[in-house]
Amino acid sequence: MTELLRTVALAFGYQRHALTRPIDLALHGGEIVVVLGPNGSGKSTLFRTLLGIVAPVAGEVRWAGRPLAQHSPRELAECVAWVPQSPGAAFEFTVEQYVMLGRLGRLATGASPARADRDAVARAIERLGLEDFRERPLSRMSGGERQLAAVARALAQEASTLVLDEPTTSLDFGNQGRVLDVIASLADDGLGIVYSTHDPNHARRAGTRALVYLPDGETAFGAVNELVEPATLSRVYGVPVDGAHTADGRLVLAIAPALGGRFNR
Amino acid sequence: MIATASPTSRSGRLGWLPVLVLLAVALVATTLYALGSGRFELPLVEVLRILAGRAPTGDAASAPLAETVLWQVRGPRVFASLTVGAALAASGVALQSVFRNPLAAPDLLGVSAGAALGAVAGIFLGWSVVAIQGAAFVGGLVAVSIVYSVGTLLPLRDRTLSLVLAGIAIGSVLGALIALVKTLADPYTQLPAIVFWMLGSFASITASDLALLVVFAVIGAAPLVVMRWRADALALSDDEIHALGVRLPVLRLALVVGATLATSATVAAAGVIGWIGLVVPHAARLLVGASFARVLPVSMLLGAWLMLVIDTIGRSIGASEVPPGVLTALVGAPVLFALMLARARND
Repeated sequence: MTELLRTVALAFGYQRHALTRPIDLALHGGEIVVVLGPNGSGKSTLFRTLLGIVAPVAGEVRWAGRPLAQHSPRELAECVAWVPQSPGAAFEFTVEQYVMLGRLGRLATGASPARADRDAVARAIERLGLEDFRERPLSRMSGGERQLAAVARALAQEASTLVLDEPTTSLDFGNQGRVLDVIASLADDGLGIVYSTHDPNHARRAGTRALVYLPDGETAFGAVNELVEPATLSRVYGVPVDGAHTADGRLVLAIAPALGGRFNR
Repeated sequence: MIATASPTSRSGRLGWLPVLVLLAVALVATTLYALGSGRFELPLVEVLRILAGRAPTGDAASAPLAETVLWQVRGPRVFASLTVGAALAASGVALQSVFRNPLAAPDLLGVSAGAALGAVAGIFLGWSVVAIQGAAFVGGLVAVSIVYSVGTLLPLRDRTLSLVLAGIAIGSVLGALIALVKTLADPYTQLPAIVFWMLGSFASITASDLALLVVFAVIGAAPLVVMRWRADALALSDDEIHALGVRLPVLRLALVVGATLATSATVAAAGVIGWIGLVVPHAARLLVGASFARVLPVSMLLGAWLMLVIDTIGRSIGASEVPPGVLTALVGAPVLFALMLARARND
């Protein structure tokens, strides 16, 4: 598959203060990179840097083989779309109007949405099974439905990569599963996906590669099976993590009881 | 940070084309009525004949008078109130989008207060009417530039909040300066003129005032029309807007400058008239949903109609005219309250 994103010795943070050691990661079409790390370790800052909202402290972000700074806003929007943690809108749009926002970067100044834009919106809504919600105001949808609407908006943007900030946080169990299934099936369509989560089981369920934040600014980037396992996660979160295999052989991870109070504060 | 939603219903209860047609019909009917009514009554037939460029049917003595009343006195007044209503409503739509705040109005950015200070200072210094209008115009632009610069300099990550805070602070400074000029003004000659200006008036508008008003209102509304689709992005957070590929600073600047131009033009022509810019966009959203491209034209028609109705009532109900600013407040406050209740029932 084609390479969509590559970071070259990327250091990111605010005011020239890097949050981690330089990161080299790559994303190809059909891959899902899951980002795991403690609260405040800089997952959102990494995303803001990948999206060009904040400049890197050092190193480079390359989308579609070209440095980020060389892309116009519109070109960048065709490389990557963004789904925020708790999507919403200050004004009461219907789902259809909200999904249409994904097309705005492509409209010429002063132009109205054309047939192609309406078609892209219709396809995105169908892809996520939101046909019955077209005329529903976004504010009247559940958290899970709203998350799907935000994914539909990102799809309507027709970017080759989706970046999702903790898409399953604050969703119930069923909706977590639905969102993960959507993520996996979008990757099957050939999209590149980057998302963050606090649940390692989500990474194993919908993820091909993982970026994990270790103590002291270290990070590791590699296959999910190698990184999202008890020993590494214990280092990431500073609590003992163990796991067990289900009847069909999947590894399920959990926080283990503290050993002799070693992890108690 | 995203403020909570404005008081709107689903996607609007009515289709948006029927609403536009209905408003256009109401607008034409009210305009024809307003052109005919007043101390010098003109029947509808006469109004239509004069508008069509034909001689009035009335007796030879009153015919030229009828034409003068229509073209020189009542016409400019009626069309100025239409333009002011449309411009204030359009400014309200734009500013509520930019500030993601359904309570934003031209007053919030200090536009009205800045324009009023310019006008009041002009009256105090005994300037000519044209100079006073120019001062109002410049005052509005300077006020919004200060608000924008101060808001940009505030080290908050939430740019919208910093602009609102700057607007409130600068607005109260301008209010204090206006009060200061009032206390210094001659209580017999200047103060009544100042008070009159602060409440708005269409009574003394001439054809040339109208021309100036229309030109600047159109220039101010142009960027709003151009950005009518892109403006919907402003309902999202700054990061999301950026990721959509929309140039946020350009969008924000275009809407703020357009709204400022249009509002300053109304203050220069007719004084400070509150509430239209706040209430009308709410009503429009209730009718046709939140999409900017729909709210803008509906608000402009509704604002124009409402302003005309208010001015016509204001000059008809008593021996002396009731300033439009008084009536907009009397009508606007309960209407806003009703809209809030309608929204609460929807939720």
